[in-house]
Amino acid sequence: MPHDDHGDDQGHGHGHGPDNHLDPMTARVMALETILTGKGLVDPAALDAIIETYASKVGPRNGARVVARSWLEPGYADWLRRDATAAIAEMGYSGRQGEHMRAVFNGVGTHNLVVCTLCSCYPWAVLGLPPVWYKAPPYRARAVSDPRGVLREFGLDLPAATRIRVWDSTAELRYLVVPERPAGTGGLGLEDLADLVSRDAMIGTALAGARP
Amino acid sequence: MNGPQDLGGQQGFGAVAPEADEPLFHAPWEARAMALTLACGALGAWTIDESRHARETLGWVTYYRSSYYEIWIRALETLLARHGFVASEERAAGRALRLAPEAPRVLRAEAVAGTLARGGPCDRPVAAPPRFAPGARVRTVAMNPEHHTRLPRYARDKPGVVEAVQGGFVFPDSNAHGGGERPQWVYTVVLRGEDLWGADADPGSEVSIDAWESYLEPA
Repeated sequence: MPHDDHGDDQGHGHGHGPDNHLDPMTARVMALETILTGKGLVDPAALDAIIETYASKVGPRNGARVVARSWLEPGYADWLRRDATAAIAEMGYSGRQGEHMRAVFNGVGTHNLVVCTLCSCYPWAVLGLPPVWYKAPPYRARAVSDPRGVLREFGLDLPAATRIRVWDSTAELRYLVVPERPAGTGGLGLEDLADLVSRDAMIGTALAGARP
Repeated sequence: MNGPQDLGGQQGFGAVAPEADEPLFHAPWEARAMALTLACGALGAWTIDESRHARETLGWVTYYRSSYYEIWIRALETLLARHGFVASEERAAGRALRLAPEAPRVLRAEAVAGTLARGGPCDRPVAAPPRFAPGARVRTVAMNPEHHTRLPRYARDKPGVVEAVQGGFVFPDSNAHGGGERPQWVYTVVLRGEDLWGADADPGSEVSIDAWESYLEPA
């Protein structure tokens, strides 16, 4: 969506004075940060640390390693099914928007798809920050009413016999889809298997191995 | 509330448009907006439920014209003004004009890792036993509330089956409005596509919601 000036910012002062070379959102956020920092409410170094966390430490590789381990170790898969929060925390992934995790397993004839129709709830601890399409109206509107059509827009055409289960994240539970292990991956170790698990496969808009 | 955020089943937004090789942020301000939202949340002056309500009350036109981080920043401005931290005149002036109230917690850089790793668990003990057991047939309530709720319109007044009792959780309908946590049991309830969308449903599809106990009645 465009980030242009929406014309309803009278009184906010952007576009006047020394900031007028900045686009409106840059100016708006910069002004807020300046005021908050000046009042001692925000530590700019903390902002850098937050950004660095989601840029380099917390992302879909976390979830991919959880999935790969569940493929390798039936005992771990059982634990993930019973108590995903603990099983995922044991791999070192926990915290914000991953406090209460559930893992849902695709199987023969069953496909899981995760959405948040009311906002943008997403399992940050295992997938990082959500992509724009996950937060935007087209996906949030139609994932519940036309899941098969939505999946086709991702290039995923499921057999008519496959039952689709949509999980609308309306409370504080966060869902991780565990896709089926692709055929012919018998000899691979954890990191190689994790390479086959895309972010979209863990939301349910792709299969493992489809878009590594 | 029946605001612009309640999107399930709405039509007319077009196809989903996944972006190939999408960057984590589309502009540097988005990264600052995300981090500011988290850092200000850590002040402890409002709950996640109040912040969700601030986003859904931005107005329909603003909500749909804004990117998600813009929604976050606009709602953050509302929250900062409501709680006396940054007045709109100060944003207009681009500088602080008065002292902010004492903030009990300011997130420092060295505390970021621990704070993010802890998150904000919102499971709570509930004294009464769960009213419903797995397998129970239920009906979601009809409601038309002006307050914050997590029962979407498409899933109101519908039959369903309890699949799991997920535990006790803070009740957003009260917590968003300063009414306290008032925890309730939360259930995963499975709704049949045909019950939601009639003949237009994908045959055999199911949608589950996570529903607080007061959203449900025995069927």
